[in-house]
Amino acid sequence: MAKTNFDFLGRRKIWYAISLVIIIAGLLSLAFRGLNLGIDFTGGNIMQLKFEQTVTADALRETVSQYVEATPSIQASDENTFLIRTEDMAEEDSAALLDDIETNLSPFEILRNERIGPVIGRELITNAWLALVLALILMLIYITIRFRFNFAVSAIVPLMHDALVMLGLFSILQFEVDSTFVAAILTILGYSINSTIVIFDRIRENRELHPKQDFDSLVNDSINQTLGRSINTSVAVLLLVVCLVLFGGDTTRAFSVALAIGIISGAYSSVFIAGSILNDITRLRGGEKFAKPAKGGKNGKKDPKLIV
Amino acid sequence: MKKGGIWLTLSVVVLAVAVICSFGYFRDNINLGLDLQGGAEVVLQAVPEEGQTVSADDMEALKEIMRNRVDNIGVSEPIIQLEGDDRIIVQLAGVDNPDEAIDILGRTAKLEFVDPYGNVILTGADLEDAKGVRNPNPSSPREENVISLHFNDAGTKAFADATSKFFKQQIAIYLDGELLMAPEVDSVITNGQAQISGGYTLEEAIAEAAVLKGGALPVDVEVMSKRTVGPSLGADSLQKSLYAGMVGMALLLVFIIAYYRLPGVVAALSLVAYTIVMLFLMCWLHITLTLPGIAGVLLSIGMAVDANIIIYERLREELAADKSLAAAVTAAFRRALWTILDSNITTLLATVVLFQFGTGSVQGFAVTLAVGIVVSMFSALVVTRYLLKWCAQVPAFAAHTALFGAKKGGVVRG
Repeated sequence: MAKTNFDFLGRRKIWYAISLVIIIAGLLSLAFRGLNLGIDFTGGNIMQLKFEQTVTADALRETVSQYVEATPSIQASDENTFLIRTEDMAEEDSAALLDDIETNLSPFEILRNERIGPVIGRELITNAWLALVLALILMLIYITIRFRFNFAVSAIVPLMHDALVMLGLFSILQFEVDSTFVAAILTILGYSINSTIVIFDRIRENRELHPKQDFDSLVNDSINQTLGRSINTSVAVLLLVVCLVLFGGDTTRAFSVALAIGIISGAYSSVFIAGSILNDITRLRGGEKFAKPAKGGKNGKKDPKLIV
Repeated sequence: MKKGGIWLTLSVVVLAVAVICSFGYFRDNINLGLDLQGGAEVVLQAVPEEGQTVSADDMEALKEIMRNRVDNIGVSEPIIQLEGDDRIIVQLAGVDNPDEAIDILGRTAKLEFVDPYGNVILTGADLEDAKGVRNPNPSSPREENVISLHFNDAGTKAFADATSKFFKQQIAIYLDGELLMAPEVDSVITNGQAQISGGYTLEEAIAEAAVLKGGALPVDVEVMSKRTVGPSLGADSLQKSLYAGMVGMALLLVFIIAYYRLPGVVAALSLVAYTIVMLFLMCWLHITLTLPGIAGVLLSIGMAVDANIIIYERLREELAADKSLAAAVTAAFRRALWTILDSNITTLLATVVLFQFGTGSVQGFAVTLAVGIVVSMFSALVVTRYLLKWCAQVPAFAAHTALFGAKKGGVVRG
């Protein structure tokens, strides 16, 4: 990567604005349309049936409706294959329904048959929140130990950014959110913080090498110096994930789309948001106090560390 | 400086042999999750009756019964585990008819009353109640405590017919095909109220009655959630995601070689090593590969690439600062070490939490990703490091630092 000298910090209001527009659009959609929650969260049944004879969605809906109160969702997937989503049905009812479909419509092969009780869904939501909060706290602690508190807080902001972008876009696109979406969000948090840490690591190092340099220009230099890594890693990971979106099949599509959105958002937030936030927070808190470089000079130390 | 070349050639040969030899091993030994090979997973919740509490013993007994039932279905490696105080998770990968399997697990045991000729007289469905009671007027010590049965209308009629037809013969009672008892009929019972005597203590009578009534289960169970994947859908998912993974890997290798040239080739070799170690660990640690797990593997490949990229970007900077190739390689690794550790440890923290709070497939994903991150650090910090060092010792390579990403063909120094 050729040496770049792009003024990231100087234009930070533009980056903040871009992020805010996307996040606010997502929040509005979340407020008014909500998420398309899958049965993992709401409880319910999903059956995927491959029929031997031609069956119409309408005929299928009519049969299924006799067994449930809420309107079932019937969705054609492959040739003569339908995905049936219903509210939670007792085992006897779903068995009776399958018998009914077989005798009155067509024999079929069961590709998938899932039932999640409502209790499990509630537990999943609770656990997802717990996981999220705990992961953030652990990261805060680790980054505070390895860097400083300012860095930790500034690293968490882009993570919230990414989580909100993913949630918002999934609400706008109305893609189904299931338990793997929770996994996708947490993975992206891991990936995004990875990128942010690489940049912060460079800031930490540069601060040691050039203690007299202005903090803004130092942050800006660090972002530029790590830009090659930021872009190339994102391209590399995106290549994998895009292939998963394109060729991975229906079962993993929502999951891989979530990852793709998250990777783009994560790369953006690390490069454009994290450094700027760090600079702003540091200014608000009255500037960084860094130790003078230890004796031994710039090549003498293996692990540059900031002193609180 | 010929040493580097020899080591380099040797490692390429070892890698190639490892790839060829391990292919069959991985195909036979990797554990596929039920979403990739078809199968069934069911969460059973114990539902105590009013006043009843579910004890740890009950759950252990329940687990044993489930194991028996699974054995009857004939699944090779079932996973049966207790979750919390009152749940059992049963996973049956590779079962041919997953829906039927869940049906067998979830139902109460099959109770049958059979006549001397092996014909079923009535089943557990006809039995309304069974109680262990003290007999108010026993005619012998054998009859002090009895199991009192109460049949429904159909059962009453069938039992009346049977007791008149097989008077003074034995009626056998089977549970899940296993003989429980075979009492002799000593009177014709037409009112649907039968008593079985057998010299029981009161406790024994109560226990036997409970077995008859609740099937063999010490406590009722309810299917809380279930998931079945037909074998064809599983195979389809496996094929598609493997294909996606391979296309993705190929593109990634082309990208990294085109961009980083010789180190890119080193990265490609190190990724091959990563893949072999990763798959081996998955077999060895019995990690089940699931669909999200494949995504986890792909992401950790991303992390492995990232570590390589961090090192190579450093290498370019060091070379741009006019260092000798050997010195630049050493410096690049020293500086990249903590960057890679810090960034990967934070990600690792997320996977630990994910594992702790996730369920089922999410947990599988977390384990795969965590192992993947550790292996990716190994591949970058050990494999890439040595391969690159050896490359730097080959005069033909070292003479052209442009191969390593230097701006202009540098001169070898030092």
